[in-house]
Amino acid sequence: MNPQDNRAYLRGALGLAMILTLFTISYGQKKDSCVECHTRLGGKLAEPVKQMKNSVHQSRGLSCNDCHGGDPTQDEKEAAVNPRTGFIGTPKWNEISAFCCKCHSDANLMKRFNPSLRVDQEREYTTSVHGKLLAKGDQKVATCVSCHGVHDIRAVNDPLSSVYASNVAETCSKCHANAGYMTAYKIPTDQYVKYKTSVHAKAIYERQDLSAPTCNDCHGNHGAAPPGVASVANVCGQCHVRQAELFQASPHKPAFDRMQFGECIKCHSNHAIAKPTDQMLGAGEQSVCVTCHKPEDKGYVAAGQMRAKIDQLLKSVDRSTEILNRAERAGMEVSRPKFELREAVDAVTHARVLIHTSSPAEVEKMIAPGLEISKKDYQAGVGALDERSFRRKGLVVSLVFILFLATLVYLKVKQIESRQTA
Amino acid sequence: MNLRAIKLWLDERLSLSTLAEIASKKEVPLHRQTIWYYFGGMTLFLFTVQVVTGILLLLYYRPSSENAFESVQFIVTEVKFGWLIRSIHSWSANLMIATLFIHMFSVYFLRAYRAPREMTWLSGVLLLFIAVCFGFSGYLLPWNKLAFFATKVGTEIAGVIPIVGRPMLRFLRGGDDVTGATLTRFFGFHVAVLPASATMLIGIHVLLVQLHGMSVPPKYEGTNVKKMKFVPNFLLRDLIGWILAIGVLAALAALFPWDLGEKADAFAPAPAGIKPEWYFLFMFQTLKYIPAKLWKFDGEVVGILTFSFGALLLFLVPFLDRSSGHQRRRLVFNVFGVLVLLYMVVMTIVGYVT
Amino acid sequence: MKNGTADRDSKLEPPVPSMPGRRSFLDYLLGTSAVATLGAILYPIFKFMSPPPIIEAMQNSVEAGKLSELPVNSGKIFKFGSKPGILVRTETGELKAFSAVCTHLECIVQYRPDTKQIWCACHNGQYNLSGKNIGGPPPRPLEEYKVNTRGEEIVITKS
Repeated sequence: MNPQDNRAYLRGALGLAMILTLFTISYGQKKDSCVECHTRLGGKLAEPVKQMKNSVHQSRGLSCNDCHGGDPTQDEKEAAVNPRTGFIGTPKWNEISAFCCKCHSDANLMKRFNPSLRVDQEREYTTSVHGKLLAKGDQKVATCVSCHGVHDIRAVNDPLSSVYASNVAETCSKCHANAGYMTAYKIPTDQYVKYKTSVHAKAIYERQDLSAPTCNDCHGNHGAAPPGVASVANVCGQCHVRQAELFQASPHKPAFDRMQFGECIKCHSNHAIAKPTDQMLGAGEQSVCVTCHKPEDKGYVAAGQMRAKIDQLLKSVDRSTEILNRAERAGMEVSRPKFELREAVDAVTHARVLIHTSSPAEVEKMIAPGLEISKKDYQAGVGALDERSFRRKGLVVSLVFILFLATLVYLKVKQIESRQTA
Repeated sequence: MNLRAIKLWLDERLSLSTLAEIASKKEVPLHRQTIWYYFGGMTLFLFTVQVVTGILLLLYYRPSSENAFESVQFIVTEVKFGWLIRSIHSWSANLMIATLFIHMFSVYFLRAYRAPREMTWLSGVLLLFIAVCFGFSGYLLPWNKLAFFATKVGTEIAGVIPIVGRPMLRFLRGGDDVTGATLTRFFGFHVAVLPASATMLIGIHVLLVQLHGMSVPPKYEGTNVKKMKFVPNFLLRDLIGWILAIGVLAALAALFPWDLGEKADAFAPAPAGIKPEWYFLFMFQTLKYIPAKLWKFDGEVVGILTFSFGALLLFLVPFLDRSSGHQRRRLVFNVFGVLVLLYMVVMTIVGYVT
Repeated sequence: MKNGTADRDSKLEPPVPSMPGRRSFLDYLLGTSAVATLGAILYPIFKFMSPPPIIEAMQNSVEAGKLSELPVNSGKIFKFGSKPGILVRTETGELKAFSAVCTHLECIVQYRPDTKQIWCACHNGQYNLSGKNIGGPPPRPLEEYKVNTRGEEIVITKS
C-alpha cells in the first residue's frame, strides 16, 4: 500500500476507535450492572438498590462499587464481582468501621464532598465502649451501620435520618431498651423510657426545640461512653454554664467526686431529668439534701436557710401579685408595677441557680433586692386600692351634693309654680 | 356700675330682651306623654359633656399607633382626674346613644315628624348616623386589641357592599388594612369632621324645634292642652335631669371604670368573642344568623343591604306616613315600629348572652 | 328699646316674692349649692389640665440614661414600654440597643465585657453585637432598637 492509503486507513481506524470509545464511555457512565442486576433479581437482593435511592451517598454520585469495589461495567456476575477488581462483599461486623472509614477518615477525599465533616470517627469509635468491646470480639455491639443505616444513609441534618436530633434516642433504644438483648452487659435498659419523661425530651418532642440534648449530646456519638463521674458537671455545663461553674466552686464537688456520686446526677438524675422544684431543696420530705445530710449538720442547716430565703421571696411575690391583680380587677391601672414585679420573679430564678453554691450568703445577695422590689410593688397595689376607695368615698360625697342640688332645684320649681298659680 | 346697668348695656347691643321675650313665649304641652320631651334635651346635654371631656382628653391624647394606647394609659394613671374624664367620656357616649334612641323612638311613635316638622326629623336621622359614626371612630382611638379587631370586622362588613364597598373600605381604613393610617383618619373624623357636621345639624335641628314649637301627639291635636312655660318651669325640670345625669356618670366612672385592655398587635390572632359596641350588636348578631348563601346572593351582602334599606326607610318616614289621619296606617306604623324595637332589643340581648 | 322699659325690666328682674323669708333661704341654698357643684365640676377639670409630674407618656422612645454613666465596654438593662431592653456601649464607644428577652426561653440576657458578646445565663445562649444568635439554643436574633444621643441623654426608639 502506498503512504496515502496508510494514512487514510489510520484516520478511518482512529475515527472508528473514537466513536467506539465514546460509545463505550457513555455506556460505561450510564452502565451500572450492580444496580441493573440487583433490580432485576428483585426481592431481598433488590432492597439495597431501593434503599440507596434517598441516600446521601447516591445524591453525591456514589454507587455500589464506590464502597464494595467490583466492576459495574461488567454484565457477567463473575466479572463484576471479581475480587481482583477490588470487590468486597458484605464486610464482617468487626470490619465495618474500617470499611466506612476507607473514605470517611481520608481528609483529602472528604474535602471533595464536605470540607467541614470530621474525619476522626474511627479514632473516636475505638475509645468508645462499643469500639472497645468490638475489639475484644463482641459482635453484638453497635458499629457504623447500627446507627446510620446500611444503604439508606441520610445526612445528619436530614429529618428522616436515623441520627437526626429527634431520632437519636429511638435509634439508641433499639438495643439499649431491649432487655433481652442487653442481658449480658448488666447495665440498665430503662434509659429511653426515663429520658422520654425528662424536660429535655419534652423540649425536643413537644416544642421541636432541637437545642435540647439527646443521647449523643451527653454521651458522645462515635466515642460514646458515659462521662466520668467527675466530668458530669462539665457535660451538663455546656448549656447550664452558671450552675456548673457554681457547683464546681462549691464544697459539693470535692465531696461528690470522692464518693463517686456523679455530680449533677446525684440530685437531678441522669435520664429522667425532671423540672426542678423548690421542694428538692431544704429539709422537707421531697428534699434531695436529706439523702446525705443529717439534721444539725452544716449542710442541713444551709439547705434549710436557702430554702427559707427562696420561700420568703416567693411568698412576697405572690402577695404582691395577688394585690395587684385585685387592684386590676377593681379597674385600677397597675401595668407598671406589674411589669416591675417581673424583676422580682427574675430574682427568684437567679436565686434558684445560686443554690448550687451551697451558700446561703450567696443566695441572700439575690433575694434581698428581689424583696425590695416586691415590697415596693406591694405598696403600689395598696396605693391603687386606696385610690379606689378614695374615689368611692369621693363619689358618695359628690352624689350627696348632686342629689341635694337636684332637690333644691325641684323645690324651686315647686315654689315658682305655686306662685304662678297664686 | 351695677348689674342692672351692665344688663342694659348688653341689651342695647345684643337685643337680649328680644331673645328673652322669645324664650318666655316657648311653651311645652302637658299630657301623658310629656315625659318624652325630656330626652332630646338630655341627648344634647350628654353631647355637651362629650365635647367638654373630649376637648380635655385632646390635651393629652396622641393619635399614632405607637403612642395612642400609651397616651390613654398615661391619662388614666398619671393625669389628675384623668381616670374620671376618660371614663365619663366613654360612659356618656353610650348614654347619649341610648337617650338618642329613646328620643327617636318617642318621636316616631308620637308622630312628631308630621308636617311641618319633616326637616326636623331628617336632620335628626342624620344626627343619629353621625352619632353612630362618632361611636365607631371613637372606639378605635385607644388602639387596644378589642377595638382593633372590632374596627377590622366593622370595616370588612362595609367593604362587602357591592360596587361602592371596596372604595369605601379603603377610604375608611386609609389603605387595605387597619393600620396607624386608619387611626389617624378616624381621629380626624372624630374630632373635626363629625363635630363640625354635628354642630351644624344640631343648630338646624334645635332652631327648627324653636321655629315650629313642641309637637303634640295626634290624639291631642286640636284639643286645648295645658301648657307649661319652658322658661323657667320646664327648663328647671330639665336641669334636674341633667344634674342627676352628672351623678349617674360620676357613679359609673367610679364604680365601673372603662377598661383599657391590651395594646393592639396587628400580627396577633383575633381574641375570642369579638363583639362590637352594643348599639351595633343587633346588626352584628343578625349577620351571624343569615345563612352564607341566599339563593345566589352572598348572605352578608343581603344583610347589609337590608339594613341600609332600613336606614333609608327610617330617613323617609315623614314622607311614607303622609296622612296620619288614617287609623289603619297609624296602626301599621305603630306595629312596625314596635316590631323593629323588639327585634333590636332581643338581638342585642342575644348578642350579649351567646 | 326704650319704651316698655318696665316690661323689659320685669322680664329681666326676678319676680316679687309673696313670702320673703322663705324665698331668700331657698334661693340662698340654691345659689350656694349651685356654686359648690360648679366648683366641684370645675376643680377636677382644672386639675386635669395642669401638667402632671411625669409630663408625657414616653414609650415609643425611652431615655435610657446618661452617656457619662455608661462606661465603654459595658451594658445595662432598661425598661422599654412593657419589656426589658439591653443597652451596650461597645469597646469602640458605639452604642447599641436590643430587646433583652432571649429568643430561646425568654430569660433576660446580659452583656459580657470579657467575651464582648451578649450572653444568656439560662442555657448559655450567645448573641453578637448585631443581635444575631451565634451560639447555643436561641433560634432567632434579638430585635434591634435605634439609639440616638440628645446631648448627654441616650434616647432609644423602636426602629
